[in-house]
Amino acid sequence: MPTKVPTIAIADYGIGNLGSLANALEHCGAKVVLTDQGQELLEADGMILPGNGAFAASKAAMQDRSILRWVGQRVAGGRPVLAVCVGFQILFDGSEEFGSHEGMGEWPGTVKKLPTKAVPHIGWSHVTPVADSALFAGLTDERFYFSHSYGVLDWNFDQGNEAMVPPQVSWAHHDADFVAAVENGPLAGVQFHPELSGRAGLTLLKNWLGSF
Amino acid sequence: MSTAIRVIPCLDVNNGRVVKGVNFENLRDAGDPVELAHRYNAAGADELTFLDVTATTENRDTTYDLVNRTAKQAFIPLTVGGGIRSVDHVENLLRNGADKVSVSSAAVTNPELINDIARRWGAQVLVLSLDARSNAQMPSGYEVMIKGGQEGTGKDAIEWVQEAEERGVGEILINSIDADGTRDGFDLEMIRAIRQAVGVPLIASGGAGEPAHFPPAIEAGANAVLAASLFHYGPDDMIAQVKDAIEAAGYPVRR
Repeated sequence: MPTKVPTIAIADYGIGNLGSLANALEHCGAKVVLTDQGQELLEADGMILPGNGAFAASKAAMQDRSILRWVGQRVAGGRPVLAVCVGFQILFDGSEEFGSHEGMGEWPGTVKKLPTKAVPHIGWSHVTPVADSALFAGLTDERFYFSHSYGVLDWNFDQGNEAMVPPQVSWAHHDADFVAAVENGPLAGVQFHPELSGRAGLTLLKNWLGSF
Repeated sequence: MSTAIRVIPCLDVNNGRVVKGVNFENLRDAGDPVELAHRYNAAGADELTFLDVTATTENRDTTYDLVNRTAKQAFIPLTVGGGIRSVDHVENLLRNGADKVSVSSAAVTNPELINDIARRWGAQVLVLSLDARSNAQMPSGYEVMIKGGQEGTGKDAIEWVQEAEERGVGEILINSIDADGTRDGFDLEMIRAIRQAVGVPLIASGGAGEPAHFPPAIEAGANAVLAASLFHYGPDDMIAQVKDAIEAAGYPVRR
């Protein structure tokens, strides 16, 4: 952990419960601000892109407040962003939830309905961390809390350009395999809710804060 | 590996205190919700449910401040229910630390409330709390009850859960009024009947008296199990004991 108290800005674009996220980050030693102001989102040591509810509604609300622009500027400057749940899904090419919607295209893949009758997937499932994961350091055999009906089922990173370093991908399983987390330089995302995942979730958040 | 069976202590809150009765009557004190949330989070609970048991009958809103302080003690999901009648009420609860809300009576009298909540926050935020009892007059044999289980509705419970799933609830909490507080075991027949009717996760509630009561509820189709008195008045390691019993029966749990 850094000796300085890290400041975390949680993007507040008017959707969903941010209290638990703020609570968990404060417990991990961060100073938290909930804001939709570019200045605050840019100057914080870390930014959280939360998400809740439907893909299209979340994306529209983010765009209304230029949130995705601040994400882009932070990543361009090499400054940490952690995206959670629908915030994570928005970083992919697109989603098939209630129609067809474009995402930010940072990562390849389309968010699709989980191929099972047992939806929503609500509960604690194992995540198999990618080798050498910084986010999952010390978390090799843990369950995290998921709450979703859609996910990324395939990962096809174009290795045609050798200059591009492939992101690190961790997987989970609910009748089918789906992407649980992506670590990509300053940009990371998780499909589960670390703030609701007990000890394991708090350790993951501490790992993220410790990476600054 | 599959999703763990969730073990959920339930805080039935009345006037700021956790209470517990038998068959929804004769409430007795079980402690401070904030302290209990802290204790259960540390003891390995997978989720907490906070039910304002008298909110509907007394026609008042759930205490936001108490929800807020309870939520701060738990880094696991917190579901809040009791007297939820409007989207504004849901918004205030979510803003005060609830991760999910459960609706009961108001959804029965105004089913559109389910659609309104699901449209705004998604199905995963919404738990339908079904209070039901045996009634031979109903097509399925089960009748929906409201007002904390005190009033019959003449509505068939199985038809109701199917309608609620269609409208957008993400989970169903099954409260058997017949089994509640008896400590004789869950109402397995009711769980089985609902499992056959819907696909969403089911939370079994009402009647747990010992760890051995839990595996049959899972066998009957529950994805999560909820109890109150067993945890409030039982030994400190009761959550672990319940998980031991579930695991011994061959179902996954979170450790």
